[in-house]
Amino acid sequence: MAIVSGHPTEKYVRIDRLPHIWCPGCGMGIIFNAFARAIDELGIDPKKIVVVSGIGCSGRASGYWAYDGFHTTHGRPIPFAMGLKLARPDLHVVVISGDGDLLAIGGNHFIHAARRNVDILVILVNNFNYGMTGGQVGPTTPEGTRTTTTPYGNYLESPFNVVWLAAASGAVYVARWTVYHVRNLTESIKTAMQMRGFRVIEVVSTCPTDFGRRNRLPDPLDNLRYLKEHAVYKKNPDPREADIIWGKKFVIGEFVKIEGKETFGDRIRRIIQIAQSRLRKSGSH
Amino acid sequence: MTGEIKPGIYFWSGNDAIAEGAIFAGCRFFAGYPITPSNEVSERLSWRLPQVGGIFVQMEDEIASIAAIIGASWGGLKAMTATSGPGFSLMQENIGLAVMMEVPIVVANIQRGGPSTGLPTMIGMGDVQQARWGTHGPHEIIALSPSTIQEAFDLTIRAFNLAEKFRTPVILLADEGLSHLYERVVVPDPRDVIIVNRKMAKDPRNYLPYKADDDLVPPMAPVGEGFRIQTTGLTHDERGYPAINAEAQNRLIKRLIDKIRKRKHEIIDYEMYKCEDAEIVVVSYGSVARSAKSAVDMAREEKIKVGLLKLKTIWPFPDEVIFEMAKKVKKFIVAEVNEGQITREVERASRGQADVFWVGNYGGRWIYPEEILDKILEVR
Repeated sequence: MAIVSGHPTEKYVRIDRLPHIWCPGCGMGIIFNAFARAIDELGIDPKKIVVVSGIGCSGRASGYWAYDGFHTTHGRPIPFAMGLKLARPDLHVVVISGDGDLLAIGGNHFIHAARRNVDILVILVNNFNYGMTGGQVGPTTPEGTRTTTTPYGNYLESPFNVVWLAAASGAVYVARWTVYHVRNLTESIKTAMQMRGFRVIEVVSTCPTDFGRRNRLPDPLDNLRYLKEHAVYKKNPDPREADIIWGKKFVIGEFVKIEGKETFGDRIRRIIQIAQSRLRKSGSH
Repeated sequence: MTGEIKPGIYFWSGNDAIAEGAIFAGCRFFAGYPITPSNEVSERLSWRLPQVGGIFVQMEDEIASIAAIIGASWGGLKAMTATSGPGFSLMQENIGLAVMMEVPIVVANIQRGGPSTGLPTMIGMGDVQQARWGTHGPHEIIALSPSTIQEAFDLTIRAFNLAEKFRTPVILLADEGLSHLYERVVVPDPRDVIIVNRKMAKDPRNYLPYKADDDLVPPMAPVGEGFRIQTTGLTHDERGYPAINAEAQNRLIKRLIDKIRKRKHEIIDYEMYKCEDAEIVVVSYGSVARSAKSAVDMAREEKIKVGLLKLKTIWPFPDEVIFEMAKKVKKFIVAEVNEGQITREVERASRGQADVFWVGNYGGRWIYPEEILDKILEVR
């Protein structure tokens, strides 16, 4: 296939891995590029960026970027990333994965990493369903929509309000954008990359192949148009107002931004100092 | 004071010795979840690791624990978790990840009675085959089993050394009987102990994360140094890129199996006791091997020619050792607190050359020497 040369983010991509597995119209390409652009604009040494992902469509991103990339098990990128970050506090550790990976099978890790304020950035790609396995209902599937395991419509499950979940669990930065709002997303990644602590960016994405097709949005452009028409930017929005109800407006923006909160790694290093100073005083263990 | 243990004589439980062995081996990261009867390992490490500048984390569950130690090991720290049967079951998927990504980690499994919640505070040895086959897919695994508190210390060090040498997860299969037993332990001078560290890649140019050397083990790259590490639990090629086809699968899995199977002579460790003229050999491991040794002594007093083969490595299984013995002895008796998980291995490895008998129970108590003696008298 023809490869476009000279793209500004090409150096962050493993060109030899193209073509990628994402479907035409998938929002992942936009997120992928937004992240690379944010890193480029910040001028962060790409060697110092580590990407950890779980399983699912978005989980493949760690393998396409040219950063050190770790494609782990389903639901477990957050604890894996925590171990790596604690071992190497000098590195920027970023988790990118989907709503099913991070909130269903990995939901426990999400809230506990937030509670501990583990110093990682989590880019949570919310496409409302399990894309890779064929479009099943997930923890963010809006009520009333159709998936391959809710053929009568999702009148069974209520979705998480991801923003409120993250905020209530202790995240220091919580933002939501869509893949239509690519400038906001890029700027938000830049903001989050310069902060410390557990940071969550929910990116409402498109899945025309699975979710869109079953919800009267088979055309990729209609998916983007849906996001454009329903997402409403608010300044300093309240996380409690961040529910996503299908067919209605939903809020995007920066919901939480807390500077200076001690991270889990900071606390561990303090405990080490205390233990070693007591050891010096007592002269034995 | 740097926090390192001083050479000398200590009075420790099995769990204490595992924790101290880990620190001695260079472990600087532990993540675990409370579960009886392993708790003293994590409690001791929560106190001791910070003293040596190490990191202790109590996680939200066992799955997170093993994921965290795999991440920490990639980050360059020797890392470990400790658990028991139910938690060990939860860890199985990520043991497979460590096999596939080739990450050195140590998992201490202090076995208790099972299945399910079983007997949380009492001995079991029913995870022997879980250690071998618990994660899905074809693979080789290394598992060690201590039967004294000294061995708990020594084999924990060895577990780390083997994990680092072969870039693979190593299971330390202890049991409740051993973990709560107290005994004398001699901590050697560190200069007298070999500590193995993983082979590191030096040059990021043209680095291939999964191109193995002649020893079938690829050098590991440091994170954050421009090696552009690429790793996945998917079947992959030498670049670490997913390769979803039979050819890549068979090439990769063959190497992962061969790196252990072809070098198992470097791994397998056992002790023979009074086996020279033995007509019956008792095979045992873990804390039960202590009873087996007493039973052999009792039988010898009655002029019965019995010996003991104590397995310190459970996996890879010492097939050749068993087969060579089978040609000389008449009978094997395998003493174990499970339904015969190693008995079937001895049967398989003896290839019809000797009769194989089982003596044991399903958990909750040790096997007494008299029971093993009775079996010897019964089958001789």
